[in-house]
Amino acid sequence: MTERPVYLVDGARTPFLKARGGPGPFTPIDLAVQCGRPLLTRQPFERTAFDLVILGCANVIADEMNPARVAALRLGMGEKMVAFTTQINCGSGMQSIDTAFRYIREGTHDLVLAGGAEALSHAPLVLRQSAVEWFGEMNAAKGPVAQARAMAGLRPEFFKPVIGLERGLTDPVTTLNMGQTAEVLAHRFGIDRKTADAYAMDSHHRLAHAQNEGWLNDEVMTAFDSDDGKAYDHDDGVRPDNNMEALAKLSPAFEKPYGKVTPGNSSQITDGASWVIVASEAAVEKHNLKPIARIIDSEWAGLDPSVMGLGPVVSATPLIQRNGLDLGGIDLWELNEAFAAQVLSCVAAWNDPDFCREVLGLDQPFGLIDRDRLNVDGGAISLGHPVGTSGNRIVLHLANAMKRRGDKTGVATECIGGGLGGAMLLETIG
Amino acid sequence: MSKSVLEYLGETKLELGAVGAPVESDWQSGIGEDGIAWLALDRQGSSVNTISQGVLRGLADHLDTFERDTPKAIVIRSAKKAGFAAGADISAFNEMSDKGAEDLLKQGHDVLDRLASLDCPTICVVHGAALGAGFELALACDWRIAIEDASFGFPEVQLGLHPGLGGTFRLPALIGPTEAIALMLTGKTAHTDNAKELGIADVVCRERHVKAAVDAIVAGQMKHEGAGLLARAFTLSTARALAARQMRAETAKQAPAEHYPAPYALIDLWEEHGDDADEMQAGEIASFARLLKSETSQNLRRVFFLRQGLRDNAKGDDGISHVHVVGAGAMGAEIAAWTALKGKTVTLGDVDNEPLAKALKLARKICNDKHLSSAESRDVLDRLMPDPKGYGISIADLVIEAAPEKPELKSKIYADLGEKMKPDAILATNTSSLPLSGLADKTKAPQHFAGLHFFNPVSKLELVEVVAHDSTSSATLDRLSAFCGAIGRLPLRVQDYPGFLVNRALTPYLLEAMVLMDEGVPKEVIDRAAIDFGMPMGPVALADQVGLDICLHVAESLREHLDKPMLDVSDALRKKVEEGHTGKKAGKGFYDWSDGTPHPEHDNEGPDDLTDRLILPMLDACVECLRKDVARSADEVDGAMIFATGFAPFRGGPMHYAKSRGNAEVTAKLLELAERHGPRFEPDAGWSRLG
Repeated sequence: MTERPVYLVDGARTPFLKARGGPGPFTPIDLAVQCGRPLLTRQPFERTAFDLVILGCANVIADEMNPARVAALRLGMGEKMVAFTTQINCGSGMQSIDTAFRYIREGTHDLVLAGGAEALSHAPLVLRQSAVEWFGEMNAAKGPVAQARAMAGLRPEFFKPVIGLERGLTDPVTTLNMGQTAEVLAHRFGIDRKTADAYAMDSHHRLAHAQNEGWLNDEVMTAFDSDDGKAYDHDDGVRPDNNMEALAKLSPAFEKPYGKVTPGNSSQITDGASWVIVASEAAVEKHNLKPIARIIDSEWAGLDPSVMGLGPVVSATPLIQRNGLDLGGIDLWELNEAFAAQVLSCVAAWNDPDFCREVLGLDQPFGLIDRDRLNVDGGAISLGHPVGTSGNRIVLHLANAMKRRGDKTGVATECIGGGLGGAMLLETIG
Repeated sequence: MSKSVLEYLGETKLELGAVGAPVESDWQSGIGEDGIAWLALDRQGSSVNTISQGVLRGLADHLDTFERDTPKAIVIRSAKKAGFAAGADISAFNEMSDKGAEDLLKQGHDVLDRLASLDCPTICVVHGAALGAGFELALACDWRIAIEDASFGFPEVQLGLHPGLGGTFRLPALIGPTEAIALMLTGKTAHTDNAKELGIADVVCRERHVKAAVDAIVAGQMKHEGAGLLARAFTLSTARALAARQMRAETAKQAPAEHYPAPYALIDLWEEHGDDADEMQAGEIASFARLLKSETSQNLRRVFFLRQGLRDNAKGDDGISHVHVVGAGAMGAEIAAWTALKGKTVTLGDVDNEPLAKALKLARKICNDKHLSSAESRDVLDRLMPDPKGYGISIADLVIEAAPEKPELKSKIYADLGEKMKPDAILATNTSSLPLSGLADKTKAPQHFAGLHFFNPVSKLELVEVVAHDSTSSATLDRLSAFCGAIGRLPLRVQDYPGFLVNRALTPYLLEAMVLMDEGVPKEVIDRAAIDFGMPMGPVALADQVGLDICLHVAESLREHLDKPMLDVSDALRKKVEEGHTGKKAGKGFYDWSDGTPHPEHDNEGPDDLTDRLILPMLDACVECLRKDVARSADEVDGAMIFATGFAPFRGGPMHYAKSRGNAEVTAKLLELAERHGPRFEPDAGWSRLG
């Protein structure tokens, strides 16, 4: 290939902070600043050296329009820094990297800061449409009589807010919420409750182990809250002592009473941000950088929203094939853990001869992903899933984990609410 | 690279109406086709306007014209970006006082009276500060337009004076006596919205709307909102007498009458003549002329110039944009927060997260205390990055070490810093008790190493000692001094010496207080004596505020390194530190600080020589420091002691106090104390050189 090589140089994220009722200490941009500052401070070049800032954010809050630009300014990257925000729901933080990757590969850019930021604890309360209409009439009413008439239309239910987060996690086309799409897959691929719970327990144990080993030290930057004078130094949704008995006690969250998807085997609702630095060969040489990985290729694909959980299968398979690889050639996988049943369904689909033949057009099953090569340091079930950030985190962590383990090739992939999948292929350097 | 869009467009230009091309005059002027005359104050040879006699004479010349040929309206404003006018020309006060101030004051009053009685509307446009005589000029106009950042105030009381150019009667007439006298007594400034609320400003608008606001006033589209009924109530002398009594009681809490006569003179003036503007004017002139001669005012004016002198040492470019602070203890946190507040990018390193988080909370508090807007506070906190991994070290232009006072620890830190710091970066230590010479050996580049000794709380105490050791380069000292200027602090250049200047002078004062306590004198009596002398707080409370652990370190270090006999460190002090009762920061020291700063009250008189026992050793140490060239001049010593410790400002500083009391008398008194209490009081050899 004659295309310009694109490097992932460095990256850092905040701890992922579990939403504990009420808004957390940081907004999406606060989070982006918290991890962006140390990341930029440890670089051997000026902050103004970047060409572009791209930030994924699914739930932009009202005070923070175009969070990418506000974050860039607050990070001291200069008034001339072009910055835009990407939104492709759960893929937003990977979309930012992919856009950087394509711009650099094309040769128009050399150094891009690409991130994701999300504060689900700040997701707004949304007024009912009927209330919004009443409010509009009320404002338009001229004169006391018209106002009194408009006022009379007031109904108590107008003040019952709809939780924005709940709406955001429901697919508007199929009207299924995300948990229900996992139930569909669990049923279709025969994932039982116990298997899903076992996967979830593993996720917690793996994250706890990685934390203890210090494997996340350069990746997770302590966040500091100046209001309360508190430091947040680790992903706090982790339950190191998680066990099957405790998980078994939990009720289904989405389809009572028979469903298999519980809060225990689903990803957690959290706040967090993550950045990676993407660079051209010229930028690497100019600033004497030491990249962690090369971004080889990326792929996005669509499928029916009700089975969005198989997004990784439909996006990663053509990505791997196009690059002349097969499942055996992938040393490490980061497959975003939206739901345990959804991850296990992806694994099952790739190993299902009928599915692979009928859907992927393969003569043979794609193969069985070794659990020892899949989400080795935990995932969204133990860490949480700040929607617009997760895609960024899995690419960053894939690169760091590959380097640590001495792996050569890896894939980061995610399912995306609304029926999409995204995947990115990385290769370590040297 | 070409200019940025904003650089090209520049800041908003001042609306100067009909003012023509600049001429070499304090007043730029012009009259437009609309018949509106514009006068712009533009003091020659200065970036800041002051109201000098020349400025008033220039205004009188224009008034001659306006009285003959009255324009449709007159707009008065400043042509300087820096603001309206900073007040009177203080440097002319001494001369004025000698030459019969009353006549000169009358001439000034006459000019402003003529301005006030013009038949056409007079409109004052104020951007930035209108202080003292500047405020009085604005008050002589019919209308005041305040630009967004405008502020109005009478800081005269800080110079031992009250307003002297008509402020004492024009402001009460405008906004009512209660608010007016309060502004004059406190020296506080009223900012835009507050000024509008009080009735000082008629309009608040942005610079770009000045012309439209002027036109609206001239067209009669604006109304005055008067001072109202309350002002009328005080035409009764009984009402004024009652109010005056309250004012005196309130003032006495802050400033005793024997040390600070000006506020009381103002209250007397208003009580006596508050119902008659003419008598008030005559009284103001007489009283101002009297105060000008008072020792308090002379000394407070001296303090003003001492500050300028220290500030002059802080000129130049520091070449420092990123500062890394090592250690998030009480001092490190304050230094980091203040430096970020003043616009530098700061990383604050510590081995633990907890003190870093606390430091950020403190930074937020300081932002709140300084009335920063939420956007400004956010920017300060964004600039202040807690840095548990020390990423900031390798990009810092200045590293300030504020680690615990343990030589082994510091030497370990310096070894690590030496590996990572940029080759031309400066390393400064905030040590208050360790000799720099010993620390310099542990640094990679001793020529780039110096002391930068801040005082607690950094956000309030202005002085910073810039300490040189034998091999510190002069470029390093210049950059550190400029850095102090950049963060709004006053640098004092000193040589490496036990306790440097300030702690060397302060320690005998604090230790003597401990001895007195051991002798059975209650701490409240000791502190009361110091406060009565004019100190902002007594030595025992001060020791608590500085931190008893730090006092102990400094005292031990002085004992070890000084030739002079020093007191043994009192057991009481040692015990407090051992118990962890280290003073204010621990909530408890000699005093209980859980309810804020203690206010010692005690009826008992202490021993006769109590005050001298506390104060004179401080003076003696200052003399020693001058003899040994630790500090450069008596004036700098005086400034340093005032701005670092709050040494009774109306006494003009320790050296000035000794001089006014008589150096020979002070020496004799020291000898007497030495005979009675021990050799620690023996006068330094340097006294004889002072004569």
